[in-house]
Amino acid sequence: MTERLDLRDAEWRGISTKYAVVEVGGLLIMGAILSAATAIPTFVTGIQWLAAIPISLGIIFLINIALTPRRVRAIGYMLRDDDLVFRRGLMFRRVVAVPYGRMQLVDINRGPLDRAVGLSELKFVTAAASTGVVIPGLPEQDAEELRDTLVALAESRRAGL
Amino acid sequence: MTDPHEHESVPIPEPRPEPAREPEPERELEQQLDAEQLVAPTLAEQARLLADGEWHRLHPATPFLRGGIAFLAIIGVIIVNARDIFLEMIFGGDNGFEPFDRLARAGFLVPIVLIVLLVLLLSVAGFYFSWRMHTFRITDELVEVRSGILFRTNRRGRLDRIQGINISRPIFARLFGAARLEVNVAGQDANVELAYLGSRGADDLRRAILQLASGTRAAESAEAQAPGQEHGGIVERRVSELLAPELDPNAAPPESIVRIRLPRLIGSLVFSEATVMAILVAVGIFVAITVTGRYFWLLVFLPGVLGFVGYLFSRLTRSLRYSIASTEDGIRIGYGLLSTTNETLPPGRIHAVEVSQPLMWRPAGWWEIKINTASQASSSTDTAAKTTLLPVGDLDDVHRVLQLILPSLADEQSRELLEAGLSASAHDDAYVTSPKRARALRWFSWRRNGYALISDAVALRKGAIWRSLVLVPQARMQSVSMHEGPLLRRMGLAELRVHTVAGPISATIGAMDRGDVVDFFDEVGRAAALSAGADTSHRWRSENAMKAHDAQNARAAEEVPVAAEDPVAADDPEVIL
Repeated sequence: MTERLDLRDAEWRGISTKYAVVEVGGLLIMGAILSAATAIPTFVTGIQWLAAIPISLGIIFLINIALTPRRVRAIGYMLRDDDLVFRRGLMFRRVVAVPYGRMQLVDINRGPLDRAVGLSELKFVTAAASTGVVIPGLPEQDAEELRDTLVALAESRRAGL
Repeated sequence: MTDPHEHESVPIPEPRPEPAREPEPERELEQQLDAEQLVAPTLAEQARLLADGEWHRLHPATPFLRGGIAFLAIIGVIIVNARDIFLEMIFGGDNGFEPFDRLARAGFLVPIVLIVLLVLLLSVAGFYFSWRMHTFRITDELVEVRSGILFRTNRRGRLDRIQGINISRPIFARLFGAARLEVNVAGQDANVELAYLGSRGADDLRRAILQLASGTRAAESAEAQAPGQEHGGIVERRVSELLAPELDPNAAPPESIVRIRLPRLIGSLVFSEATVMAILVAVGIFVAITVTGRYFWLLVFLPGVLGFVGYLFSRLTRSLRYSIASTEDGIRIGYGLLSTTNETLPPGRIHAVEVSQPLMWRPAGWWEIKINTASQASSSTDTAAKTTLLPVGDLDDVHRVLQLILPSLADEQSRELLEAGLSASAHDDAYVTSPKRARALRWFSWRRNGYALISDAVALRKGAIWRSLVLVPQARMQSVSMHEGPLLRRMGLAELRVHTVAGPISATIGAMDRGDVVDFFDEVGRAAALSAGADTSHRWRSENAMKAHDAQNARAAEEVPVAAEDPVAADDPEVIL
């Protein structure tokens, strides 16, 4: 397979590898619930081939789980002079560059699984809904530092809407 | 009545005779002004008085215009009926209204009449108090509206975040000489509405607000007011207002830069995609009827027919008497025959522009221009009206409008690039286009599909059948992204998206060479950060803003990883979103 879409001279900052735990945890829970739910018809009706649905679902989730560490490694961000660059995705790669001055607000979110391993998720919001920069898997301390840095940078490079 | 204020309004372009002393509808606004101000000021002064930071009330006819007309009709019906009944009670006659007779015999008539009267009185009082409680003020910083009796609402909009000011005059309001002024700020349904104001006062008030918002000082803005005086009686004035061109002649160059003639307008509607759909549906109905022999198919499609007629009608009325002109406070777009609307978009409020050509307009060479702005209306008809900048126009019109909305594209080179962006045949030009291997994804348009930087805007050229050119000014771009999926990766392609505020235009260009996309991504990203810093259009006239931003850029250039404790930045009052 050919190389992936990427910037030429990029030094990406990765996120915490512990984020894989969060992702795997989430996928396991989702997979278990969905497989169980789709398995109900098989048990109720006794029709054998209906079991194909939960089984294939389970396989998809397992593949997903197997790929999670690579996917987590593919997430990266970079603070350049004037903009924040964010990258994610293995199959569907997405690279976004947002000038700091475009910041409307920064969110820090912590889900229950995130909290269990001490991670946070940082969301950079601009006036465009499609910007969608959400950096997951940052250690709490780093997330807060990054937020403060971003706010300071946005202050110094303030721009109109 | 002597008038000390009249002599203060200095710059009258053409000295005119004293205006006649008939009561003006705008005068009614003065009832709320302080007693010492109750001398008739000129109209422009009045706008200044309205924008003086004190609380004012709206046009006294407001309750009737905001749905009170139905109420008046109900009162009228009740009175007419009551009169008939009274006449019958006095002169006899037995063809009276049966329920009333029965009520009268049962002795309930009096309490019921009393209750009805009470309800009427309460409603009138309600209307009156809601008008009393509905006040607005305009200060140097913000426009604020308070309304409601039991449930008070208070809405403030900051002047430096104005995305547009809209004056609309529904037909009823026009008869009363009233207008609705809407100050749009960024956001979904984020508008401060002043409904209703005196019609002439609204134009002047808009100018005053724009002047406050533009960053000129209040004193200068007072001087810049050009009073527009009118003579004639109230009827004459109403008539002249109804017939007046949609552009306020004091504030704008009288002629619009684009004129849509009726044949072109009708042609554009006849050859629209909606018409094709309608014809297909009609053929479908015809076939269905001939095959089944039943006419109930007509009923099935009736709602569709109604919808289509409504759509055509709204497009037609939206485009009638269309005008677009440049004023010093931005672009002014006006349209409408009976109910008129006219909107001012200050500079730098247009986030994306799309010039597109429906298939059937190609023989005529017509184009349509749509825009994205930061303020959005929730209802779809409003959105359509707001986002269509030029309903139909030829290539010259398109260039004139583009120069107006993106002045940086006015030079010769940009014009060539724009023409290349709109033409069909230009293939080996400055646009970076899709490689040949992208043919599988862009069957007809791979030679056209491309991007370029025109002056300070990103241009994305798309489509061979439905041609369009999307322009995003770098100063308005929010972010830029590139994407690839498994298929694109295998073909060595990628997709580029430029993010702007939400609107009908999405600036996306797919199936481009990956290397090109990565280069362009870098280039656009850098350019966006630079022009975002240099942009001062939120205070488009203020020198301060310019200086502040220049200084800011210089600072940013000096110290790259800036610390939070930058004292100048923290104190800078010229902050915007």
